[in-house]
Amino acid sequence: MPADPLVKGLLAGDRMALAKLITQVESGAPLASDALRVIYPHTGRAIVVGFAGPLGVGKSSLISRLVTFLRKKDLKVGIVAVDPSSPFSGGAVLGDRVRLDLHPGDKGVFVRSMATRGQSGGLSQGTRDTVRLMEAFGMDVVIVETVGSGQTDVNIRDVATSRVVVLVPHLGDDVQSLKAGLFEIADIFAVNKSDLPGSSDAVRHLREMASIMSSRANWKPDVVECSALNGTGLDELWSKIERHEAFVRQDEDARAESKERLAKELRELVSRKFEVRLSSMMSEDSKVRELVERVQEGEVDPYTGSELILGRFPTRRESPRRR
Amino acid sequence: MPARAKVSGNITDERPIRVIIAKPGLDGHDRGAKVVARALRDAGMEVIYLGLRQTPESIVDAAIEEDADVIGLSLLSGAHMSLIPRVLKLLKSKKVRGVSVVAGGIIPDEDAARLRKLGVRGIFGPGTTLEAIIQQVRSASPRHAS
Repeated sequence: MPADPLVKGLLAGDRMALAKLITQVESGAPLASDALRVIYPHTGRAIVVGFAGPLGVGKSSLISRLVTFLRKKDLKVGIVAVDPSSPFSGGAVLGDRVRLDLHPGDKGVFVRSMATRGQSGGLSQGTRDTVRLMEAFGMDVVIVETVGSGQTDVNIRDVATSRVVVLVPHLGDDVQSLKAGLFEIADIFAVNKSDLPGSSDAVRHLREMASIMSSRANWKPDVVECSALNGTGLDELWSKIERHEAFVRQDEDARAESKERLAKELRELVSRKFEVRLSSMMSEDSKVRELVERVQEGEVDPYTGSELILGRFPTRRESPRRR
Repeated sequence: MPARAKVSGNITDERPIRVIIAKPGLDGHDRGAKVVARALRDAGMEVIYLGLRQTPESIVDAAIEEDADVIGLSLLSGAHMSLIPRVLKLLKSKKVRGVSVVAGGIIPDEDAARLRKLGVRGIFGPGTTLEAIIQQVRSASPRHAS
């Protein structure tokens, strides 16, 4: 049924087709929109788990262990690992694969590394769409590993239904400073490196804090002690994730939240498409270019200029540039 | 230095060149590979670093999943004549198109000539400058060849 051979390939389980489609959605290629439209009905069934936390706490190593655990349960797993792009060169070293100890040739796992590409370049949309492609490909679980702290971690709320925040013992005062951002998005806290001394103190501390958290009405974050080094605590971590997934599916507030997410996504999509049209108008429309020049020469002020440009957008026709 | 990639956030921008850097086989010297990874990063490329003890299979699988343009192999172990052709063969048998292979390390001239014949697009021995590596990786990238 689908016209695009890549989409056909993806739905038939072709890994190369999945990889090429991810490249398209990542760079916002116009073709990607059509592909996503077709695969959308095949999405929404997978468990999507986000992993966030400061750098060096062992997110990748923990994910590696979790993947092994899930493969034993015969669940197919997709992983999207995000690392930062350099703000200077635009390049990146994507190093999460090093830590992933994957079974060679295992067709039940697909890993894609992603660079943030300057954040405003639609990272959140690219990541979300990649998750959807992996779902449509047939993955039962999709794991998204975020860069670290800050804004990206807030974005993970838009992508994952269950968010695991990974911490380690002896974060000490840092824990206090993290409170405002990271702690609010956690559905589950994983205290990694529990092989180190001080782990039970950290767990107790977190439990105390989780019990008085108010970011969600009917959910108090679970705290799990685990060690990627020894491979302990993973069954507990997974059962908490499943518990949270079950909660999300029946809780009134959680359902409202997911509706809101969709509304937000819709708005972002429209705004992106608008941005594309604006870009092409700024470079192609001779009237607009003339107007830019007049602003540059001081003949028109930028405020009036912006109104005039806005006025050049069609107000009624739905898709004037569609061929 | 070659022109740097723009980070304008413009969604119609072409994507950066994606390079896999891996050490196939058992040699444990990864300093050079890391230096190259960093240089390519600073030249605006996205480097997927796989690290030590990779098999040709794991490297080719990673290249497929990451939709890479170039695979960079680093070998100091002397196993280049078995491991590099194996990577090339796998790329062919798995019908992976649009991925070039370059290699660096201790590779004698006569081996280098044979590897070039097999399709290796660049071979970087001791003393190759980072700038030369960057340039050759860039021109080896099928997407960006000018």
